[in-house]
Amino acid sequence: MGEAVSRALTTFGHRSIWLALVAGFIWIAAASAVAAAELPRLTGRVVDNAGIIDAASEAALNSRLEAFEARSSDQIVVATIRSLDGEALEPFANRLFRAWGLGQAGEDNGVLLLVALDDRKMRIEVGYGLEGTLTDLHSKLIIENTMVPAFRAGDFSTGISGAVDDIIMVLEGNAAELEARAKRSQQSDKGSGWPVILFFLVWATFFFGGIAMAFLPPIFGRKIGPGRYKWLGMTVDYTKSRGGSSGGRSSGGWSSGGGGGGFSGGGGSSGGGGASGSW
Amino acid sequence: MPIAKPLAAMPVRGLFSLLALCLMLPLLSACGFNTIPTREEQAKAAWSEVLNQYQRRADLIPNLVETVKGYAAQEREVLEGVVEARAKATQVQISPDMLTDPEAFKAFQESQAGLSGALSRLLAVVENYPDLKSSQNFLALQAQLEGTENRIAVARRDYIEAVRLYNTSLKTLPSMLWAMFWFTGNEPYETFTISEEKMDVPSVNFGTSSGG
Repeated sequence: MGEAVSRALTTFGHRSIWLALVAGFIWIAAASAVAAAELPRLTGRVVDNAGIIDAASEAALNSRLEAFEARSSDQIVVATIRSLDGEALEPFANRLFRAWGLGQAGEDNGVLLLVALDDRKMRIEVGYGLEGTLTDLHSKLIIENTMVPAFRAGDFSTGISGAVDDIIMVLEGNAAELEARAKRSQQSDKGSGWPVILFFLVWATFFFGGIAMAFLPPIFGRKIGPGRYKWLGMTVDYTKSRGGSSGGRSSGGWSSGGGGGGFSGGGGSSGGGGASGSW
Repeated sequence: MPIAKPLAAMPVRGLFSLLALCLMLPLLSACGFNTIPTREEQAKAAWSEVLNQYQRRADLIPNLVETVKGYAAQEREVLEGVVEARAKATQVQISPDMLTDPEAFKAFQESQAGLSGALSRLLAVVENYPDLKSSQNFLALQAQLEGTENRIAVARRDYIEAVRLYNTSLKTLPSMLWAMFWFTGNEPYETFTISEEKMDVPSVNFGTSSGG
């Protein structure tokens, strides 16, 4: 009786712990959703939340940027927002760059062209890996000479297209470095595959091997006694382990976002390189 | 016999599970044991980046001073102030081992703040010289200086975050236990207390000594 009560209590305790855990996870998820809400979502290479780029330019930009990434692995993303909501431009641009993870991981070859319409500010944020090629001075000159005049004339599409052309021109200017970077990214993609496959093979051998040993010997093996089978030279005994491990536990994996759109950041980071301007 | 067998097996099995637990102890320690050294190294790396960017700023200054001198040699006081502040700032260096020392960290912070102040005074003075302001050389230096200041801000933010994680791991469970019994020499790191923006307040004095 007392045992039953204590067991009931412990199961109740377990349940309340689980409830608390689940509630905690939900709370964390909700909190992170709230914190991330103020950053725009990465829907493509051109995220025109302010609606200042006309459709034709946007399509042209998209194909240009896609072709350039295919050639060089550099990720250039154009983002426009209506307002910074009082935040300074530079920290916001850095936050956005890192949240989107522009550029390939390890190579950090991303560029973010950010325009804040109501604040009348723009910034070219450059990833660590491109700081040497697209220097602060280049970024400043592109902003002052290409973007500001067009923006003052109210022609945002031209200003942004021109700036993207200039950025690509600068990045292509160092052709040898560009090719080396593209090659490195391809190699790292290829190289990173093998350990994962190897690990998966080893893991799968253990995992599925264990499962297979549970039911294959009785089917294919030779019976040599009650609950004992000989299969592939191994003697498997089912009488010993019976009841030893009863609690099967399913491990639920979770998928981390990502899916959906055809474009996502490669995991690059930025240390605040680039330049800002206003019009 | 059927009853005696499990009884005899019990101690052996208990011993086995005890042995297995002992063998798994190092695995168990992964929850918390590695946290402190990992975060300490991350904080040190973030500090190196801070030093790197401050050094980059210091390296830009001689060029900047020369350029300004070409147009505004009469602003001797301001120029000398920058050179002095730079010399002072490059003297005060903190190696990652000294990050726990509040005095050293304060000295470092103040010397860099002094340089920031001197630089902003210089840039305020430059406003009086349109030729200098529009010269290509100065524009290039200004773009680099702005970029460096922004990199400093980013590096400082990253350092503050890394130190926050490290210091938290010293004070929270389960890693706190490791700090108490194993990493007894680990102390919380110092971090930046004044924001860069607040340190940079330029002291512009109208009327007293105008250059142009």
